[in-house]
Amino acid sequence: MAAETVVQDNDTQVSDDQWGGGKAPFKASYGKLMMWYFLLSDAFTFAGFLIAYGALRFSSPTWPVPDFVFSTAPFGVHDAPLIFVTIMSFLLIISSVTMVRAVQEGHRENRQGVVFWMLLTVIGGFGFLGCQAWEWNNLIGTEHMSLTTNPFGSYTVDGVYLNPDGSVSDETFEAGESYLIHKGSLGHHELEGYDEGAGDHDAHDLSPGDHAGYFVDDRGYVHRKYQVTSEGELNGQIFQEEFGPRAFGGLFFFITGFHGFHVFSGVVFLLIILINSASGLYAARKNGYEMVEKIGLYWHFVDLVWVFVFLVFYLL
Amino acid sequence: MSNLSYEESIKLVYKGLVLLAVVTLIEVFVSLFGKGYIIEGVQKSAILVGLAGLVIVGLSLYKAYFIIYEFMHMRYEVKGLALSVLLPTLLLVWAIIAFFQEGSSWGARRSQVKEFNKAVSEESIRPISADATYPMKEVPIQE
Repeated sequence: MAAETVVQDNDTQVSDDQWGGGKAPFKASYGKLMMWYFLLSDAFTFAGFLIAYGALRFSSPTWPVPDFVFSTAPFGVHDAPLIFVTIMSFLLIISSVTMVRAVQEGHRENRQGVVFWMLLTVIGGFGFLGCQAWEWNNLIGTEHMSLTTNPFGSYTVDGVYLNPDGSVSDETFEAGESYLIHKGSLGHHELEGYDEGAGDHDAHDLSPGDHAGYFVDDRGYVHRKYQVTSEGELNGQIFQEEFGPRAFGGLFFFITGFHGFHVFSGVVFLLIILINSASGLYAARKNGYEMVEKIGLYWHFVDLVWVFVFLVFYLL
Repeated sequence: MSNLSYEESIKLVYKGLVLLAVVTLIEVFVSLFGKGYIIEGVQKSAILVGLAGLVIVGLSLYKAYFIIYEFMHMRYEVKGLALSVLLPTLLLVWAIIAFFQEGSSWGARRSQVKEFNKAVSEESIRPISADATYPMKEVPIQE
């Protein structure tokens, strides 16, 4: 037909080759390319949360100092700032390395190797989740932090604590140091993570209300009183420990929870693909176990996000 | 992947593990140093704290580069793919840094406004009227 001939003579006509299909853009398979772009979109989500954290934290006059808040570890370890969270980082790094080994074995079409190394990766992932669960239980159950209550604060003045009977003690502190508001309960001084110098105020009256050296609010938190010793118009006045910035709880639990959810879903996917590998499904495809490589990308992304969460929350 | 033998590839992976572990340990050490745990009083020096922060951020970015290029095999991908993923990511990193600075600025402005309001309430300067134009200058109350 005449119309067809005219079209074929058109200089700007795109050749059939480009739109005929069968050419992989960027020479990557569909699944792999889409996994990269999914990871990019997830990076945007996490970046949004980290930006919110950073902007709120640096605009606050005080903020719980991470090495004070995160200084406990299982088996009664306390006063070990950042050690437990460093162990968690190592767990994820090791699981990333075992994942790389699994992908390498996949390229050699070695089914047993893939299953073995993926199993180690799953164990590493579960280990990380266990550690994160311990951390949450410690913060919520032992130190009584919640989404809206933040018992970690830091001083903006120098001062000296009052004894339970209201007299001035010799326990001093400086501006910038951190404190933890304890919740009065029987035997809480045996629980891990508490400063030795907090005093055995559990032996004293813990009824809600104003006492000589401390104030107990109606939820049971004991706000110790102190006298300001730094120069300025506040010198000599008596204050009580106040709760720290409210946003801390929500930000911490939500961001680490969101990351933990990614770790959990990653472990679930790893298990599924592990079982598929063991059954010989991927061996039949003869594509170098590309599915293992794709889930490997997701797992490395989880590790990558942890690098930045670790940086922003714990190191800075 | 590439022209490395199987044994060489495995060795490289374990080298990567050691590298990441060592960099993490250095990061933690520098962070604790900046908070005054290694040498007393460092946390009071703004320069040292700022320097520690820069080192930590730089090391984390290096870890990210290593994980993306070696573990996620970005090194072996087509350049177009790498750019289409990495350029937006670099913008994100910049956004995070920029908003940290933004937060600091908010804090500083807030305390500035607080002090100004305090000065106004103590009647040492005239309060700003609603139709004043910028830039505003503090003008002592004249009788």
